[in-house]
Amino acid sequence: MSVDQATVRRIAHLARIAVSDEEVPHLQNELNAMLAFVEELSAVDVEGVEPMTSVIPMKMVWRKDAVTDHAGASTVVGNAPVSEDHFFTVPKVVE
Amino acid sequence: MNAAAKPSKLIKGATGDWEIVIGMEIHAQVTSQSKLFSGASTEFGGDPNDHVSLVDAAMPGMLPVINEECIKQAVRTGLGLKAQINLRSTFDRKNYFYPDLPQGYQISQFKSPIVGEGVVIVDVTPTEQITVGVERLHLEQDAGKSLHDQSPTDSFVDLNRSGVALMEIVSKPDMHSADEAKAYVSKLRTILRYLGTCDGNMEQGSLRADVNVSVRRPGEPLGTRCEIKNVNSIRFIGQAIEVEARRQIGIIEDGGKIDQETRLFDPGRGETRSMRSKEEAHDYRYFPDPDLLPLEFDQTFVDDLARGLPELPDEKKARFMRDYGLPAYDAGVLVMERASADFYEEIAKGRDAKAAANWVINELFGRLNKEGLDITASPVSAAQLGAIVDLIGEGTISGKIAKDLFEIVWMERGADPRALVEERGMKQVTDTGAIEAAVDEIIAANPDKVEQAKAKPTMLGWFVGQVMKQTGGKANPQSVNDLLKRKLGI
Amino acid sequence: MTDVTRLTLAEARDALQSKKLSATELTQAHLSAIEKARALNAYIVETPDQALAMAKASDEKLAKGQGGPLEGIPLGIKDLYATKGVHTQSCSHILDGFKPAYESTVTSQLWRDGAVMLGKLNMDEFAMGSSNETSYYGPVASPWLPKGRDGAWARQQLAGDKKGLLVPGGSSGGSAAAVAAHLCLGATASDTGGSIRQPAAFTGTVGIKPTYGRCSRWGMVAFASSLDQAGPIARTVRDCAIMLRSMAGHDPKDATSIDAPVPNYEESLGRSIKGKKIGIPKEYRVEGMSAEIEKLWSDGIAFLKAAGAEIVDISLPHTKTALPAYYIVAPAEASSNLARYDGVRYGLRVPGKDISDMYEKTRRAGFGSEVRRRIMIGTYVLSAGYYDAYYVRAQKIRTLIKRDFELAYAQGIDAILTPATPSAAFGIGEKGSADPVEMYLNDVFTVTVNMAGLPGIAVPAGLSADGLPLGLQLIGRPFDEETLFSIAGVIEEAAGRTVLPQAWW
Repeated sequence: MSVDQATVRRIAHLARIAVSDEEVPHLQNELNAMLAFVEELSAVDVEGVEPMTSVIPMKMVWRKDAVTDHAGASTVVGNAPVSEDHFFTVPKVVE
Repeated sequence: MNAAAKPSKLIKGATGDWEIVIGMEIHAQVTSQSKLFSGASTEFGGDPNDHVSLVDAAMPGMLPVINEECIKQAVRTGLGLKAQINLRSTFDRKNYFYPDLPQGYQISQFKSPIVGEGVVIVDVTPTEQITVGVERLHLEQDAGKSLHDQSPTDSFVDLNRSGVALMEIVSKPDMHSADEAKAYVSKLRTILRYLGTCDGNMEQGSLRADVNVSVRRPGEPLGTRCEIKNVNSIRFIGQAIEVEARRQIGIIEDGGKIDQETRLFDPGRGETRSMRSKEEAHDYRYFPDPDLLPLEFDQTFVDDLARGLPELPDEKKARFMRDYGLPAYDAGVLVMERASADFYEEIAKGRDAKAAANWVINELFGRLNKEGLDITASPVSAAQLGAIVDLIGEGTISGKIAKDLFEIVWMERGADPRALVEERGMKQVTDTGAIEAAVDEIIAANPDKVEQAKAKPTMLGWFVGQVMKQTGGKANPQSVNDLLKRKLGI
Repeated sequence: MTDVTRLTLAEARDALQSKKLSATELTQAHLSAIEKARALNAYIVETPDQALAMAKASDEKLAKGQGGPLEGIPLGIKDLYATKGVHTQSCSHILDGFKPAYESTVTSQLWRDGAVMLGKLNMDEFAMGSSNETSYYGPVASPWLPKGRDGAWARQQLAGDKKGLLVPGGSSGGSAAAVAAHLCLGATASDTGGSIRQPAAFTGTVGIKPTYGRCSRWGMVAFASSLDQAGPIARTVRDCAIMLRSMAGHDPKDATSIDAPVPNYEESLGRSIKGKKIGIPKEYRVEGMSAEIEKLWSDGIAFLKAAGAEIVDISLPHTKTALPAYYIVAPAEASSNLARYDGVRYGLRVPGKDISDMYEKTRRAGFGSEVRRRIMIGTYVLSAGYYDAYYVRAQKIRTLIKRDFELAYAQGIDAILTPATPSAAFGIGEKGSADPVEMYLNDVFTVTVNMAGLPGIAVPAGLSADGLPLGLQLIGRPFDEETLFSIAGVIEEAAGRTVLPQAWW
């Protein structure tokens, strides 16, 4: 399988990464090189094989229901590039 | 498969009958102290970003650890919906970008939910019952909240809700009218509240509905559906369905076709409108969350939870009908809230259960509704109302006086009804002599009416009224009746 | 004592315990060495004040005889470990200015045991790379020099674009270079596809990737959650064993961390390996394998035979599929793990005309080209219509890879011996610029271990014709790091400890 330029743009948008027009052909080549590299997997017989879910067999640990974590609003927004009154702010979202 | 609607459910369009098909996704907030994957508080409200852990804010390197209670609550709910409990389920990531989704993905259960198929029995009217299938129930994280109207240029993001556990309960498309849909949500809410797994508070957003609506000609395959997002009251659910069905019928009858899309109900304008921002083709790229192992437990775990379940509304209703001889409607009304049912039972035990039901449903619920009060805030306690029912039953007061007494007890909180009756001379007159005197007096003063009554025995009612008036309502109505009949010779 | 930075971690520990050396003295010596070696670019942040304060506290504890197992030992920390109040960016621009309010579990255990933090180490951006060239902070120069080059030439290159100098490997390039250049006694590293073992092999140091779940991932900036694992790089097998004991252990904050006791790994050194069954997988004898790697491998076999181990030829038939499958699974997880870098809550933000524009500009500017490429391929393999063909198939292949190992272990194999890398270190700017896959092939021997969640150790075993270090890899049973330490110790002793380069920088 290989990707065309429209797919490159679609994927870039899905991943929220801006791409310039000049970059697209270059990215297309790189992605296609990677896809060519993984192409050999299509020849592997995986009939009846379960996909890996957990590489080490263990039971998932459950947490007790208790309030154990309170970072505090100033810590939560402490690294924010922009914040106001302990809210994160972003360019206005129109619904 | 979804059953066809009864003819009475069809709605008329310009070109003939239409059938509405409704399915619902209910998001119910799990009742728990802390969030699904973090130890932050789930308490409603709070200062912005205060109920947020570093996990909820998706700080680099933070990892989810599942809350045991949320698992139990989901299983309890599944049991309450008579549903398949899956001993192994998995968590997936649903990937999309949105400012109130800090991780860039929501942890949900896409492929293997914790709960499979179940059913909800819904009373649409006192005489009409439908069964709505539950497709699945899964656990997922709530998102944060974006405020869009605080500034002309910015949206404000508060992550207090981020990571709170939700149960998404997906119904089958088994509903065919706004009333059915409303009754379904109402019943589901009742079940969740009985189980204690969700507080059902729609105003605070603890229960929200996404409503899928489509229309079709009777007997035809399903039409294209539209999803109305985040409807937050039962009344709005009904209104949204009606306007959306009308909109779709209008489009089709005008030769148009329905676009599958997400819409928003605007109660102010009474219309649904397309959510343009959500229209962009979604590709959620679901895959198993590698930070979480499969969720596994054994049947013993389920059985232990099953043993701890309370009696659920359907069982309670059946028992009320069987043990107290109540009609289905009355039993249904009483079991709507667990607190009401408990209140009723406290009165009904050892008393006239039917009379108790009448008092609770007609007088107490009526009055509570009028005042906008919850049963738990009732000024009249079960013991007080029980005493009133006793006073009537033993003939101490009449039904009419009882209503006055109820009013006094309501106003003067904490008063003992029995003492009030004594203090205020509200006792029914059972002294035959006194009643007889009053009867004689009325008969003597109305010879013409006496004549009429002999020809027309229904005139008796007029005499009863006069005697009651004379005695200030305290005369025992049975004694008045008996005496009048004897004296009038009817 | 002349130069205390030449001590091994174990030697320094003993000297500290016997009060022949103070933690402050040891720390100061390292801080000076770091300062002189800035041009190598191994450290991107130095924390001298913190280091000296920690050393002072260690000296007080040591004086009272209360020191922990790592009391007073100066370490370097890979930039992907969250260190409270200290620059933590996984060497990415997108985490610009990020100073976490928390400390990773692994580093907090090191501090609990008395270690001293010297600073944060360079790495490939988000651990994506095999040469440390994808770092936002620029490449790291290996202390090893290409054949025929002298210090004067190298210093000139260091001052310029570093072209022609050798890469230390990656992604833990800063860790490996700092250990090899005596800029710390040991370093934390992390390994998703070979990021501990490959740089260790390139620099003549020892690195172990423990079993998945052995160390907590809490507070490590995630690359690919099902593959990432913490581990140490140090100058000897013993030093790695000492560090791993402190780094490992159950963490209730990581649902994938194992609740099992941590052995005293150091005790496994010197244990006899007589009768141990060592598997030699034929699939690792890849086409075009160089004669020097072949020789390294047979030398390794000879060392173990001489120590009484039994050599068994085995087959791991799905070996060849591991690298391509890895380049589906790892980017897929990364594309999701890196979605949180959106310019909202921390790090870089580039303003945009609307929210989507802000996201796209921020992520374009914040991620380097390798990271963007992997996010895009990961996004693609998870997208509708391709998920089953790529992601699900790769995870099925992962099951097959793991099964290969299980079958080998079921035959009684105790550990598997392979080369660690297909070649010795290459030059900065030499690989991967035209074809990203060329760089990926570096991990061909190491990536299988991550795919199966197994422990693997790289230990120096000889030099190339150009005089550069070459490493062997031992792959163990799940949670049997002890056997790996025992066997690696035998190789280390038989091969003789690598003589690390003298400071030319």
